[in-house]
Amino acid sequence: MYEIDPTRLDLVAEFRRKPFGRHSAELQRILNRMRSEPFEGHYVLLRDGRFGPWRLAQLGRRPQDPVTPTGHVFASKLEAEWEVFKLRWQRLTGQELRDRDLPPEP
Amino acid sequence: MLNITGYTDRPSARPGERLDFKVSCEGGAQSFNARIVRLICGDDGPDSPGYKAQPIDARVNGNYPGRKQATDIGSYVVTKVPAEMPLAGGFTLVALVMPTAPAKEAKQTVLAWQEAVADASGRQRGLVLGLDRSGAAAAELNDGDGRIAISSETPLLAGRWYRLSLFVDAQGGRLVLCQTALEPAFGEIADRLVEAEVEFDLRDLAGAYVSAAASVTLAADRRRQSSLHFDGKIEAPAIFEGELDFTAIGYPTSKKVNRYLSWDFSRDMGGRELRDLSGHGHDAEIVNLPTRAVTGAHWRGETLNWRERPDLYGAIHFHCDDLYDMGWETDFSWALPANLPSGVYGCELTTTDGGEDVVPFFVLPPKGKATASLAFLASTYTYLAYANSHHGYEDALSEVCYGSLLELGPAEQFLKDRRDYGVSLYDRHRDGSGACHSSWHRPILNTRPKRAIWNFNADLHIIDWLHGIGQPYDVITDDRLHEEGYDLLKNYHCVMTGTHPEYHSTAMLDAFETYQQKAGRIIYTGGNGFYWRIATHADWPGAIELRRGEAGTRCYELPPGERFHAWGGEFGGLWRSQGRAPQKMLGVGFVTEGFDASSYYVRLADSFDPRARFIFSGIGDDERIGDFGILGGAAGLELDASDPELGTPRHALILARSVEHSNTFLLTPEELLAGFPGLDAIESDRCRAELVFFETRSGGAVFATGSIAWASALAHNHYDNNVSRLTRNVLKRFLDPEPFA
Repeated sequence: MYEIDPTRLDLVAEFRRKPFGRHSAELQRILNRMRSEPFEGHYVLLRDGRFGPWRLAQLGRRPQDPVTPTGHVFASKLEAEWEVFKLRWQRLTGQELRDRDLPPEP
Repeated sequence: MLNITGYTDRPSARPGERLDFKVSCEGGAQSFNARIVRLICGDDGPDSPGYKAQPIDARVNGNYPGRKQATDIGSYVVTKVPAEMPLAGGFTLVALVMPTAPAKEAKQTVLAWQEAVADASGRQRGLVLGLDRSGAAAAELNDGDGRIAISSETPLLAGRWYRLSLFVDAQGGRLVLCQTALEPAFGEIADRLVEAEVEFDLRDLAGAYVSAAASVTLAADRRRQSSLHFDGKIEAPAIFEGELDFTAIGYPTSKKVNRYLSWDFSRDMGGRELRDLSGHGHDAEIVNLPTRAVTGAHWRGETLNWRERPDLYGAIHFHCDDLYDMGWETDFSWALPANLPSGVYGCELTTTDGGEDVVPFFVLPPKGKATASLAFLASTYTYLAYANSHHGYEDALSEVCYGSLLELGPAEQFLKDRRDYGVSLYDRHRDGSGACHSSWHRPILNTRPKRAIWNFNADLHIIDWLHGIGQPYDVITDDRLHEEGYDLLKNYHCVMTGTHPEYHSTAMLDAFETYQQKAGRIIYTGGNGFYWRIATHADWPGAIELRRGEAGTRCYELPPGERFHAWGGEFGGLWRSQGRAPQKMLGVGFVTEGFDASSYYVRLADSFDPRARFIFSGIGDDERIGDFGILGGAAGLELDASDPELGTPRHALILARSVEHSNTFLLTPEELLAGFPGLDAIESDRCRAELVFFETRSGGAVFATGSIAWASALAHNHYDNNVSRLTRNVLKRFLDPEPFA
């Protein structure tokens, strides 16, 4: 199993700049690991209006079980992707990601 | 808000034909308003053309009383006439069963003999053979005054065959329940026999059944609110007079045994009716489309084709979430005016509690006539295949495939709570088995304007573009093409497909091939087209059957031996696996998909061939094709490319190819013989869309875009862009009757 190197904040910055589309190979490995999390507890977004806002929620044990909102609310999907990236980073590396720790924009 | 939903009795109609509209005020509103519109564009996103609907002055526009309509979900069999018990010497219920969800923590009915409704005092007499909440064989007897329940107390295993029987000894006041494992080689479970004394007189039940219109049901209880559906296969259900001595697998076939009811599911494989072979007239109806042509208890791989040995295919697979027809009452009917133009239409439904729905339908020109030289083919079978799909949020791997977080909008949240709206051909039933049927007889919440840019709503981008450039068109549909064949196409100079024409029957492919042989011009404006084979059946109008096989990008694979359609007996799966790869007819076929970002095309050497000059008129040599649009590019979602080995004509011009896709774009499984590194679009140049053009021998031609996202770029810059220009160049020439050389 691929293990995330918590010192690679350059990859975090790469995701922050561009969450969708082509990524470097190393960032893609991180995203593959994060996005392949098990069903139970998997993060999903609930969109209540036509164009947002989005509420973060987690899937239940089985498909028919209700989802559980986490309390996070986002005005954009980009915000949501970043928040979930941070939550997963902390869970998989044990380290909190803070915006101020990221390297400056190139 | 989804406080109101509705559907029409069929997807398409012609002027003079009648459409029935069925509406449910799901939020409880007492009335609703209906308004017919012609749909032009359904994409109401911030950078999009916007929702465009032209009001139609229809007789049915107006206010109607509202009501919440009920649905009978889950498949079962029910006798059509009252069934009297042969009580004198007792009787035996028997069936072979293979449960697929024995541990679902709910009682399940295998064979029941019950009054249809409770009487005024709430009594509902009946006898049920099934599974208890633990998954063990169980029987229940209710004479209205008392109830007795017995259980084998040994849960059945999922996916294993058993014989269940229940002897009702009317004279001796005994019930004998027997659970026998039929696969001794895997016999983890010992056979079980349970006897119980019954304190009340079983003979008291007889009169009640005759007078109260009792019926025999299979796989469900008669009580609608708690149907106690069985999930799994049932084979050879029967009722015999007296007690049987089982000495072999299956039920006795000796003529000396008096059968009181007997159904054989290997007969009339696709039909809706079951004939009682006992001679007692207990004919029955199959409700809500369970899966037929599935392997039975005796199948050991002797054949994979049910038509060769139907005796090995005597089972039906029932599911608690099968659905054919929601069965809603009609709220109003509309006889289409004779002068109604062909087009995509909708019925806007609104309620005062904020409910809003748009029920789409398709209007063809009068039969045998064309009112334009161009036909747009609406992919009604593809819309059905994806109808009310749950797989996005029922498969956690969707996120890594899509490359973004899963999103449940209002429609998805509604469907997640409302399994009674049925499933799509992309879903697994609650027991984990793949869904093989989809039906139009329900609100299809992802075939709507103002929803995701996918299938129907993406196809409206093409309709919007045709209006934007002032091009007249007729609308034709998959379901009518399947019924009418080449006759539906023959009056058009050119047929344009939708963005994702994925599902086709044999009759449809035959019609396209005939059209092509007779100089027809085809613009394939999408990707992942002409991919899966489907079938229909006259007993089940409005529904399609799909048997997914070994190959293809798919959400499930059917079990071995179950890949031939019950409807017509054709082998299911990819057209490519059956010698009719789309590359032969259209030059391209599916190679890759990715949903995170779309990209653009670059011109190839063939685009400078004199034969292609008309296509690139007004487009620069180095122009990127489609590096814009609401999806970020014209090459995206699902992509097709040429392949001479699969039939791309040797003279086909490969005009352009897409580039710079992300590594969520991977080669499709049917492109691989083995897994190996480097299968994504960054490392493999096989992951691309291609623009292809070729002429046919009879003076016709084909143009293929190879990308679902193509149409999403058409409206960019008020239809003034190179995707629009290129498509328009092709369309102009394809509508010119001058034969291609």
